Amino acid sequence: MFENFPLFPPQASTIAGEVDLLFFFLIAVSAFFTALIYLMVTIFAVRYRRRSSEEIPRQNLGSLQLEIFWSVVPLVIAMVIFGWSASLYFKMVRVPDNAMDIYVVGRQWMWKFQHPEGNREINELHVPTGRPIRLTMTSEDVIHSLYVPAFRVKLDVLPDRYQSLWFQPTKPGTYHLFCAEYCGTQHSGMVGSVIVMEPRDYEAWLAGDASGGSMAARGEKLFNQLGCVTCHVPDGRGRCPTLVGLFGRPVQLITGEQVTANEAYIRESILRPNAKIVSAFQPIMPTYQGQVSEESILQLIAYVKSLAPAPGQTVGTEGNMPGGAVSPGSTGPAPGTAPAAPSQNRSNQ
Amino acid sequence: MSTQVAGRPERPELVAEPRPNYLANGYGIKSWLLTVDHKRIAILYLVSITVMFFLGGVFALLIRLELLTPAGDLMAADMYNRMFTMHGVVMIFFFLIPSVPAVLGNFLVPMMIGARDLAFPRINLLSWYVYIVGAGFTIAVVIFGGVDTGWTFYAPLSTIYSNSNVALMGIGVFITGFSSILTGLNFIVTIHKMRAPGMTWFRLPLFIWAHYATSLIMVLGTPVLAIAVVLLAADRIFQIGVFDARQGGDPLLFQHLFWFYSHPAVYIMILPSMGVISELVTCFSRKRIFGYTFVAFSSLAIAVYGFLVWGHHMFTSGQSIYAGLLFSVLSFLVAIPSAIKVFNWSATMYKGSISYETPMLYAFGFIGLFTIGGLTGLFLAATSVDVHVHDTYFVVAHFHYIMVGGAIMGFLGGMHFWWPKIVGRMYPEGWGKFAVLMIFAGFNLTFFPQFVLGYMGMPRRYHAYPDEFQVLNVMSTAGASILGVGYLIPMVYFLWSLRFGAVAGPNPWGATGLEWTTPSPPPTENFDVTPIVTEEAYSYSKEEPEVVGGTQSTRASLR
Repeated sequence: MFENFPLFPPQASTIAGEVDLLFFFLIAVSAFFTALIYLMVTIFAVRYRRRSSEEIPRQNLGSLQLEIFWSVVPLVIAMVIFGWSASLYFKMVRVPDNAMDIYVVGRQWMWKFQHPEGNREINELHVPTGRPIRLTMTSEDVIHSLYVPAFRVKLDVLPDRYQSLWFQPTKPGTYHLFCAEYCGTQHSGMVGSVIVMEPRDYEAWLAGDASGGSMAARGEKLFNQLGCVTCHVPDGRGRCPTLVGLFGRPVQLITGEQVTANEAYIRESILRPNAKIVSAFQPIMPTYQGQVSEESILQLIAYVKSLAPAPGQTVGTEGNMPGGAVSPGSTGPAPGTAPAAPSQNRSNQ
Repeated sequence: MSTQVAGRPERPELVAEPRPNYLANGYGIKSWLLTVDHKRIAILYLVSITVMFFLGGVFALLIRLELLTPAGDLMAADMYNRMFTMHGVVMIFFFLIPSVPAVLGNFLVPMMIGARDLAFPRINLLSWYVYIVGAGFTIAVVIFGGVDTGWTFYAPLSTIYSNSNVALMGIGVFITGFSSILTGLNFIVTIHKMRAPGMTWFRLPLFIWAHYATSLIMVLGTPVLAIAVVLLAADRIFQIGVFDARQGGDPLLFQHLFWFYSHPAVYIMILPSMGVISELVTCFSRKRIFGYTFVAFSSLAIAVYGFLVWGHHMFTSGQSIYAGLLFSVLSFLVAIPSAIKVFNWSATMYKGSISYETPMLYAFGFIGLFTIGGLTGLFLAATSVDVHVHDTYFVVAHFHYIMVGGAIMGFLGGMHFWWPKIVGRMYPEGWGKFAVLMIFAGFNLTFFPQFVLGYMGMPRRYHAYPDEFQVLNVMSTAGASILGVGYLIPMVYFLWSLRFGAVAGPNPWGATGLEWTTPSPPPTENFDVTPIVTEEAYSYSKEEPEVVGGTQSTRASLR
């Protein structure tokens, strides 16, 4: 409509249209009530203007019926909006099972992205159309907030915690990527673009730069370099629990608690190994706090995720839903290592 | 409302035998700085918050000038960040929160209930000194280079990463909080214990109900802010780690504590102005308020519900989905009492005798802008829309519609209404009308484009922005200049009126209410004899009022 003076953001994700629909409904409701109040005030002000300085109008106390009427009608409308908004909100926050992972680290003042295939980007994010994409995000310093107006998504990025945001792009193009939570001096410079591509173009782009190997491969390298491999031996006979097939499974802790081995759990295990000890193991692991960067931790997680279960073991599907895993106490014994603080997971906070 | 006068201007014995008024009761600087007269303390507050308002206004002007162009060219990013932080801190803690309660409330609460002063006159003076100490810290912070965390002071930016004067500012805010607490406490006790004989709860002007509700929030909410700020300062100075995730703390805890006060604080700012509007609409319609009890209780409902909705500032922060939904539904509920007020004000005008003096124009402005501000609040209460517009200019526009379009319109309307009472002189009516139109037009031109900007996705607190947002930003800056001039005009003619204004007389508007039964300016002790109240508030006519579509039983319920 207006080339250099747009008044509406592009719609480039599956939920954008739905958010806009609710937005337009809200505009209609607001316009109606604004018009109503303005008309009432204007008509009364003109019609009942003071005609003589002596004039004393007939008084009235009010009306119970009217009070009920104009309390209940707005209440009903408000509850309709709430219901509509809440059901859409569930859709917006529940990550679909088949989502493709991309990992995000925010820092003052840049966005760093890692694709599982190994591609790394700064302030630019390439994504394909046609499939849900899950961003697993954390911050190295202060709170940031990843915001893509064209997708109508935003989520704060917190230090020491993973937050998951998802969207499914629909339209190839280049869109604004903003930091929406004020994060210090160059806050307004913490911007970039999301480049949405057709799946084929995206594949080509991925293939164009995979120099350092996949995230899992880099993670494996770190796993060896940092010496993790000396204790976490694959056959489970080491001093530490095996990590094979661990991801997404429930872990029995020494306290009797059970937690799910998700990203937050693994991260916690690396940085604060003694926070939670796996049943039947000793608290012997040293902390890696300060020795591995947020991006390296994400690579280690990608490596742990990639460790396929040994044949014969029953393991849960990949994904971090608690229910989907092994029946408690079955074979694939006490996986687990360290700790996790599932309380760090977003839905518990 | 009182037997003898009931709001009619004629009261010859008062005009005939003027007593020394409160302004004439001593002229030296000491007579002001050591006064315990609530009316003089109101003037002390008026002068101080006006200074702070212009300080905050200068910051606003510089912000708007920077945003005239997409590039960050007027000042460095660091300076810009300090500007919007100081604008927020100064305007909220040092202007809006004390504005109506500490100036108009201080002046009027005792007069409206027929008392000689507040319950604790010395505490009242103390609260002003506490405010001044807090304001002194703020000025010191400005001189030392400001703060750059945003007025929200979010951890860990404020506790670890910012290298500005966060702790000093925190101390300033902490101290000023006590000024609020003392004022609130004083009002609550005064309203409970000092009402004149016959001034029952349901004969109180709605201004008093609004201040009572506000005082509850001040007393109950402000300590939480104090705690949050102390923890913040301790975290910053001693690294105790309450808000530091790496030490096992939680940065979201700060947001919860901060908003537990700062959302109700929005109601500290708007409720007193709503009280002002109830006085203005009734006076300039010569009508009893429509639905007195509903307007009165809606103030209390807002005060109570206001404490339960803080989480709607945190829908995208990582709080749980279910907490988000709970805060969402409660936020929708808090909109209802506000709607009730707006409908009742409009209905009060129905079949009234409406005149368009300057204060009434402010009341129209308030209703118009507050309606838009309130309705856009529904967008933000709706979780799924809030995800998109949170931390964008949509939010900036929304809260300026409430706090500037609502609270400041109410404050200025009240100032114009009671100015003749406060100083005994009239301001020039023509200039008054001109200023209110400028403010209304300038305000809308400044902030309406920001709704559009916000939905387009322009984040707030951006020093530089993409080119396509420029046209709307230019509109906004143009509006801000009109708005700025609009605010200067009353400042000038109020000062002018002190000397040259026509003598007002005790009741220039023909308003009801005990404050209008005294001379203007009132004598130090307010009333010669304690008035005895025999009528409801806003008794503009001796005739028995009717009940719309109701019976005798509903009449009883409305009384």
